[in-house]
Amino acid sequence: MTETRSLSGKPVGELTLDAVRRGEVSLPDLRIHPETLDRQASVAQAHGNPQLAGNLRRAAELTLLPDDEVLAIYEALRPHRSTPEQLTALAESLAGRGLPRCAALLTEAAEVYARRGLAG
Amino acid sequence: MSSEQPVGRIRFMDRQRVNLDGFAVEDADLGLIALRSPHDPEPGLVISDGQVVEMDGVPAADFDSIDAYIARHGLDLAAAPEAMALTDVQFARLAVDPGVPRAEVIRLSGGATPAKLARVLALLTPPELGMAMAKLRARRTPGNQAHVTNRLDDPLLLAADSATAAAFGFREIETTVPVLGDAPSNAVACLIGAAVAAQGVLIQCSVEEALELELGMRGLTSYAETVSLYGTEQVFTDGDDTPWSKAFLTSAYASRGMKMRVSSGAGAEVLMAGAERKSMLYLEARCVALARAIGAQGVQNGGIDGASVAASVPGGLRELMAENVMVMMRNLESCSGNDALMSESDMRRTSRTLPIVLAGSDFVFSGFGSIQRYDNMFGPSNFNAEDIDDFLAMQRDWGIDGGLRTVPAARIGELRRDAALACRAVYAHLGLADFSDEHVELAVDAAGSKDLGETDTLAVVAAAHAIREGGLTVVDIVAALDETGYEAEAERVVEMTRARLAGDYLQTSAIFDEQLRVLSLVTDPNDYAGPGTGYRPSAQRQREIDEIRQARGVDDLRAEQALAAVPLLAAAGPAQAGQDPRDVVIGVSPAVGRDVWRCLSGLSVPDVLGELLAGLEEEGCAGRVVRFNNTVDLGRIGLAAARLAGSGIGIGLQGKGTALIHRRDLSPLANLELYSVAPAVTPELYRLLGANAARHAKGATPDPARNPYTDEAIEARYHTTVIALMALERAWVRAGSPAEELSMKGLR
Repeated sequence: MTETRSLSGKPVGELTLDAVRRGEVSLPDLRIHPETLDRQASVAQAHGNPQLAGNLRRAAELTLLPDDEVLAIYEALRPHRSTPEQLTALAESLAGRGLPRCAALLTEAAEVYARRGLAG
Repeated sequence: MSSEQPVGRIRFMDRQRVNLDGFAVEDADLGLIALRSPHDPEPGLVISDGQVVEMDGVPAADFDSIDAYIARHGLDLAAAPEAMALTDVQFARLAVDPGVPRAEVIRLSGGATPAKLARVLALLTPPELGMAMAKLRARRTPGNQAHVTNRLDDPLLLAADSATAAAFGFREIETTVPVLGDAPSNAVACLIGAAVAAQGVLIQCSVEEALELELGMRGLTSYAETVSLYGTEQVFTDGDDTPWSKAFLTSAYASRGMKMRVSSGAGAEVLMAGAERKSMLYLEARCVALARAIGAQGVQNGGIDGASVAASVPGGLRELMAENVMVMMRNLESCSGNDALMSESDMRRTSRTLPIVLAGSDFVFSGFGSIQRYDNMFGPSNFNAEDIDDFLAMQRDWGIDGGLRTVPAARIGELRRDAALACRAVYAHLGLADFSDEHVELAVDAAGSKDLGETDTLAVVAAAHAIREGGLTVVDIVAALDETGYEAEAERVVEMTRARLAGDYLQTSAIFDEQLRVLSLVTDPNDYAGPGTGYRPSAQRQREIDEIRQARGVDDLRAEQALAAVPLLAAAGPAQAGQDPRDVVIGVSPAVGRDVWRCLSGLSVPDVLGELLAGLEEEGCAGRVVRFNNTVDLGRIGLAAARLAGSGIGIGLQGKGTALIHRRDLSPLANLELYSVAPAVTPELYRLLGANAARHAKGATPDPARNPYTDEAIEARYHTTVIALMALERAWVRAGSPAEELSMKGLR
């Protein structure tokens, strides 16, 4: 099994008190790596929870985005914030940037929001 | 209405605390109905070409957003035909029967619609819910979560209280703020406090989502549970979210490596006038199905903020427990409510919580108020700091693991001091705030924030601002702990941060134990399959449960009695029969003057003897003290004393304070007067007993002294002491050993 890494690529084993003392640990070293999330998704799938697996796979994709953008997408998904077209456009942009599962979530939202009057 | 007031019996009942609670007339139109409303849909599922085309009576074209999400993502369509074909009773029996494996129930539940699971769970009686919970919860080892907050957001008190909660065994600590801006400071203080006391405690700071995520991303907190779901589209939308926005948020937390569970529970829709005439259990069934559908690993439910709404209707408490079991059937972590004070009655709130404690849950409380009620910024929990000893006793009474343990008093003191000092050191080192020595002392000793007096709350706001604006992360906290001499605590926080990056704690029902091992559905699956299986506390854990600090043994009592020993009542030779008609003998039990010096009433044995002698003297008699070494039986001691006495009247006194008057011609059990309630006998009553004994000696018929009456649980208080005292007495019994006079020097 390959060693777990943090988002920065640093092996998790190198996150030690000595490393902190040397000033070698920064925020990206504390962030979870998408491969870790994908691995956990497989574990969840094997333990009978494909939905949790799906969530963790979306999460793996979201590690690619900065915090502000994550929060902006959340905001766009809240009721009456976005037109179906805006959600669809956002979905296409995410798909193009390597976030197909998140994109699918937005595409689906666009369709249901339009039908249920939840669009902006 | 008659103006006539009810009779006294009813007025008396009206004054009991339970009558402060609100009780609602069941009203389906308002959603004030627990388990089953006439407007709940018939369970049903139609699948065509691998798609749900109708669910619980609603065709796909009419699905609201909740139905739509569940239908697309929440159901196991392979298991659905089998699950939906079961009758409600068949399904309910599978859930309860310990012979049916958990995995089988989980598989079938995956194919059940919300209405189906609601119908099934509405059938379960309370003991059946308990059996189902024992079998179906995800994690084998039960856990518990604490609230740690205070009115002032005082960091030193938060750190001390967080350390206290961690020491008591809570594996999750949830804090929140009365002042939003203080949140970063609260997170840091709780993080430091928990690290002082124990490894592996998860920390949550419950605030608005953006800030909560930010704190998590900086490593200052490690889980979240305030992502709310609702059972109707209207209320969901009023809450400014949709199933898709919540699904996205769920992934957002996971993407930053944070454990997360959603929050739902009965009553929320009723309070928003949006229950759409459905039962609480059906609406919650939609929430739980949605929780599973969006990929959350767990659910906090069981009423939560609406617990008292559920509790106001018939069957409400049953509904709350059924919600928890439903979460377990969906193979999710259950954080089982009990976190809102649902009654003014101690009996009702205990009644609400006890069945879950006994059955065992992933988290018995989704917030046991580890601080006092007034300091709980979530509002009082159903159990609070006022109740920790009660809870520890309940665990011990039933021999079950509710997640908590006793901590020696001195250890709590040390941990609170270490936590307050570490917190102060970190705040000073990082230039966040300076706290005085006096403030540290007050925080260490405080039972609540009211014990702190006036504090500088602006300093807290400034510290929190500095943490947020300065972009401080867990690395800064680690470095500050290390540089201020808290290397072990720094190491703990680093280890925890590292462990979180492995992601194992994102699995269902995950907690860290104190060795930083992840216990979850994956690593510690519940294997209950009937008697003799499932979770049993280890021998060490059982000792933690059993050894509450109030427990006393004979050795403890011997030591306490020795503290009351005085150089009186020395043996003064074999007892002689008296001739004087005014001679009354006070017979005492074998350990008097040896190991037993203090009565249950707290009076010293020499003082009691002094009162008896004074009473005798007041009525013109002369008393003497004789110790009987061959029995602990008070009737026999009193009778033997009477037979030695010139008057034929004796007083019997056991060291614990029970006393009687006897006469030489009576049988041992037929005494003249008896004080049986030793803990409540006063000096005046002993004096009266002496005087009455003298009146009997003179041939009079005195008005017998009355036993003092108490409505307290006197036996609960004293029986363990009585057992130990009698053991001390019994140890001095020597068959055939003669009675002996005791010196009366110094008795009066």
